[in-house]
Amino acid sequence: MRTILFEDIRRKVKDACIAANYILDDDLLASFRQSLEIEESALGRETLRQLIENARIAKEERIPLCQDTGSAVFFVELGDQVAIAGGLITDAINEGVKDGYRDGYLRKSICHPFSRKNTGDNTPAIIHLEIVPGEELKLHFSAKGGGSENMSRVVMLNPSDGAPGIEDFVVGRVWESQANPCPPIIVGVGIGGNLERAAILAKKSLVCPRPGDNPDPLLAEMEGRILEKINCLGIGPAGLGGRVTALAVRILMEPCHIASLPVAVNINCHASRHREIII
Amino acid sequence: MASEIKLQTPVTAEDLKPLKAGDKVLISGVIFSARDTAHKRLTELLRQGKSLPLEISGQAFFYMGPSPPPPARPIGAAGPTTSRRMDAYAPLLLAEGIKIMIGKGPRSAEVIAAIKQHGAVYLAATGGAGALLSRAIKKAELVAFEDLGAEAIRALTVEDFPAIVINDAQGRDLYAENVKRFGKDCREQNMMNQQNVIKT
Repeated sequence: MRTILFEDIRRKVKDACIAANYILDDDLLASFRQSLEIEESALGRETLRQLIENARIAKEERIPLCQDTGSAVFFVELGDQVAIAGGLITDAINEGVKDGYRDGYLRKSICHPFSRKNTGDNTPAIIHLEIVPGEELKLHFSAKGGGSENMSRVVMLNPSDGAPGIEDFVVGRVWESQANPCPPIIVGVGIGGNLERAAILAKKSLVCPRPGDNPDPLLAEMEGRILEKINCLGIGPAGLGGRVTALAVRILMEPCHIASLPVAVNINCHASRHREIII
Repeated sequence: MASEIKLQTPVTAEDLKPLKAGDKVLISGVIFSARDTAHKRLTELLRQGKSLPLEISGQAFFYMGPSPPPPARPIGAAGPTTSRRMDAYAPLLLAEGIKIMIGKGPRSAEVIAAIKQHGAVYLAATGGAGALLSRAIKKAELVAFEDLGAEAIRALTVEDFPAIVINDAQGRDLYAENVKRFGKDCREQNMMNQQNVIKT
C-alpha cells in the first residue's frame, strides 16, 4: 500500500482551482488564434481577439478569466493500493475547494435550490469516484460554468433513431443554445449507458479531455460530421454571427439497454477550465 | 465595422434613438449590477407598490455577479450572465424606466417588444471576458440586497465600458440577423474540414 496525505490532496486541489480559473490552456489559446484565420465575421474576429486579450490580462494580473468560476467538478481515479492518511478523500477535495475559492478570490456560486441561499464556500464539490488498479491518485478538475451547463440536456431516443437521431439532437441543442453558453463552445456527448450514465459520460468527455482523435473510428467520423453541421449554423463567437461556433466535439460511448438509446449533451464555454492532478 | 458611439448614463429615449443594432458603444457613468434574485426582489417590491432601493429611471442594468475583488482592485472578474433568465422581469422594469440592459444571449419576443415600446436598448458585452471587462469598472459600491453577496445590486462606475447593440429601439435584433447571414447549407461547407480545432 502507498500512503497519500489528506493535506497533500487538499493543497493540490486548492492550487488546481486557482490555476484553472486564472490561466487559459495553451491549446485553447492556440485554437482561438487558429479560429481568427477561419472566422469570416468581423464581430466574430473581434470577439476572438478579446478572448485572447482576456486570457493575457487574467494570467498577468492574477484574476479569474470569468466571474463565473464554476461548480467544482472532479473525476477521481483512486488506485486500489492507495491509503489516504488523515481523513476521507471527499473531505480533502472539499477542503481544497474551500481554500482555493477563498484564497483565489473566486466566486462562490453554489446555493440552496429554493431559497437560493449561498453555501458560502463553493462546496459541495461534485465528485465522481472510481477505483482503479495501482498506487496512483488522479484527480481531473473542472470549474464548470452555469451558462453552458444550463444549455445541456439528456434525451432517451428510440433505438430506431440511430446515429442520425443522435446527430440531429446534438446539433439541435447547440442551435437552441445560440449565444447563451459563450461560444465558441466545446460539445461533450455521452451515448449509451442509461439516463445518468449518459450525462456522466458527456461530462467526463469535457473534464477528462482525451489526447488526440477519438480512438473509435466510427465516433471520430461522427464527431467530424457533428462539428461540421454546428459550424454551419452561423452562430459564431459570442453568438454574434460567424463560422466558429464550436471548437471541438467529443463523444464517449458505452453499451445500453436493448430498449434505449440514451444521449446527453454537455456544453462547455470557450474557457473550458480544467486541470489534472496526479499524486 | 459599425461606428463606435459614446454613451453617458443616465440616458433618455432620445439619447438612444440613434443607436442601431450592430453599433459598438462605450459606456461611461454608473451602471447597476443586478441578476436573478435582485430582479425577483425588485419586481416583488413594485408589485406590492413599495418604493425601490434605487432610482431606476434612465439607468442601465448589467446582468452580472462579480468574483470577489482581490486586494487593490475595485472588483473581480465582471462579465455578463445569460440575459434570458431576466426576461420574465424585464418588461416591468422597462415600464418603470430602465433604459439599458447589458447581458449576453437572445431576449424573448416580449422583451424585444418592450424595448421598442419604451425606446430602450439591449446590449451584449462579451461573455467570458470578465477579466477584460473588469478593467472598465473603476469603482463598485453596494446599493441594495447585501445578503445576496455576488448577486447584490452594486453601482459600478465605468469608463468606456464596451458593448454591442443587439436590440435597438426600432425593434431590430442583431443576433437573429447575423446568425441568418452566416448560417450555411452544410453541403456547401468547406471551411472547417471536419477537424476538431483543439486536439487535447
